[in-house]
Amino acid sequence: MSNYPQVLFKNRRPGETVFLDAYVAAGGYAGLKKALKTMTPGEVTATVKAAGLRGRGGAGFVTGLKWSFFPADHPGEKYLVCNGDEMEPGTYKDRQLLLADPHQLIEGMLIAAYALQVPVGYIFLRYAYEDCARVVEGALAEARRAGYLGPNILGSGFSCELRLHRSAGRYILGEETALLNGLEGRRPNPRSKPPFPAQKGLFGKPTTVNNVETLANVPHILVHGADWYQGLALTEKSAGTKLFGLSGHLNRTPCVELPLGVPLGEVITEHGGGVRQGRAFKACLPGGASTPFLTRAHWDLPMDFDALAAAHSRLGTACVTVFDEGTCMVAATLNLNRFFARESCGWCTPCRDGLAMVSWLLEKIETGRGVQDDIAMLQDQLRNISGRSFCALAEGAMGPVEALLRLFMDELEDHVKKGRCPFR
Amino acid sequence: MQELLPQEQINAWKERLAGHHHPMELAVDVLRAIQDHHGWVPDTGVELAAELLGTTPLRVEELATFYDKIYRRPVGRWVIHVCDSICCWSRGAEEVVGVLREQLGIGFGETSADGRFTLLPTCCLGACGEAPAMMIGLTTYGHLTAERIGEILAAHRREVGP
Repeated sequence: MSNYPQVLFKNRRPGETVFLDAYVAAGGYAGLKKALKTMTPGEVTATVKAAGLRGRGGAGFVTGLKWSFFPADHPGEKYLVCNGDEMEPGTYKDRQLLLADPHQLIEGMLIAAYALQVPVGYIFLRYAYEDCARVVEGALAEARRAGYLGPNILGSGFSCELRLHRSAGRYILGEETALLNGLEGRRPNPRSKPPFPAQKGLFGKPTTVNNVETLANVPHILVHGADWYQGLALTEKSAGTKLFGLSGHLNRTPCVELPLGVPLGEVITEHGGGVRQGRAFKACLPGGASTPFLTRAHWDLPMDFDALAAAHSRLGTACVTVFDEGTCMVAATLNLNRFFARESCGWCTPCRDGLAMVSWLLEKIETGRGVQDDIAMLQDQLRNISGRSFCALAEGAMGPVEALLRLFMDELEDHVKKGRCPFR
Repeated sequence: MQELLPQEQINAWKERLAGHHHPMELAVDVLRAIQDHHGWVPDTGVELAAELLGTTPLRVEELATFYDKIYRRPVGRWVIHVCDSICCWSRGAEEVVGVLREQLGIGFGETSADGRFTLLPTCCLGACGEAPAMMIGLTTYGHLTAERIGEILAAHRREVGP
């Protein structure tokens, strides 16, 4: 198996959590010390920007650029929020990261808090991640005792508090403005943008929201530099490594750290051990349930933000779910769409009613009751929903539907023609 | 019926919330505390939470009915959330649901006759590498098979007692 540099998982040991002593012994908190003692907040942001780190929560926005929009010099209340909601089916990387090495997130958040000059940060964790919540609580207490967290950190004059927020389950909380409403104790519908959170976020104050994995990268960038970080990726325009959570019809389904730009075929054969039971690869979701399918034609595609966008898909969270040759893609898309329809917050009509309509159409076709017009109606729904919803949930939900219509039209028509699912 | 929250916990919440700059930030925690103690959140629980948080029952109800891990109806001692999302689906979640229904004698949204288990579907549990998976209480169980499900249910039955 390819032996790639391990950055985020360098301390990971099976079934164990690295706490403070081991984290510091492995070089932990050196990035925070460097930032606080030798760099201005602006220099920290510039370094993260130069490194080319892009958000690991799915959208892939350039992190340093996001930070540069933040009014760090604005006096008064400001917030940093770590999005640990992670409820996209197929995506479980942040859980692995937090359970393995929670201080990486805390150090990353403290460096980000210094760059943004925010005195309070929140770690937002989903209900199902109680194991992570306990680990993070323990790590926060350790960091506080050791002077890395709280007032006057390491004698630098910079103070920051980090608080843990446990949620109670709903996918929409991953949307950053819905998450902010949830943190405020409001019903977590997404907010209208603009104003963006950088201007008016948590409690009406400037706020930056970053994913767990994004923030965990920051200490390493500070210690080793922007050039080193860029050099980790296999493709020229990419930077860094990425956590890939494998799932579906593979022989092995681990969460692994690989360089950005690693070919899809290598992910499947080397790291996932190939498709199980010796079957052929049919398709995959490259980065969670909202990313359009890839097929065998994409086998050599480099797994990075740009190459996936060029292939009409998205890197998303880079958590790859594989389907073998025996999978009915109509049934798979129906399962995906039912998830999104159920998790719609109901705020806007295209999402609330449109996704339910798509589920109804897909179910009709899958159960052999579909007619040719239903396929045309699916295409209509694609046009009616995509780009017309209040937030990105419905847009994401239509990703696999769009790919089904583009890549697997023959399967849809076969269902209609035979009046049954040809895979059952 | 069991009390909503012991008086000492009510006092502790009052003290904590009185000193809090944004009390509503703790709304989910208060609801979870009531549920942890009472098993679910009845109307009187919504009213108690509103009183503690200094808000209206309506604002608490907006939250309580939004989150799928806050129960507004009575549930069994253990709530089983079985994942039906794509990764678990691809590795046999439908069969897992069938086994659970058969072993518990109930369908989704129902509670077993002995009051021990309530069965609910859930979205992704973040255990995709261990699919198929389910969560009971706050514990996630992966790599489910009929045999393993039987063992897990039996262990819970032993813990609750007859």
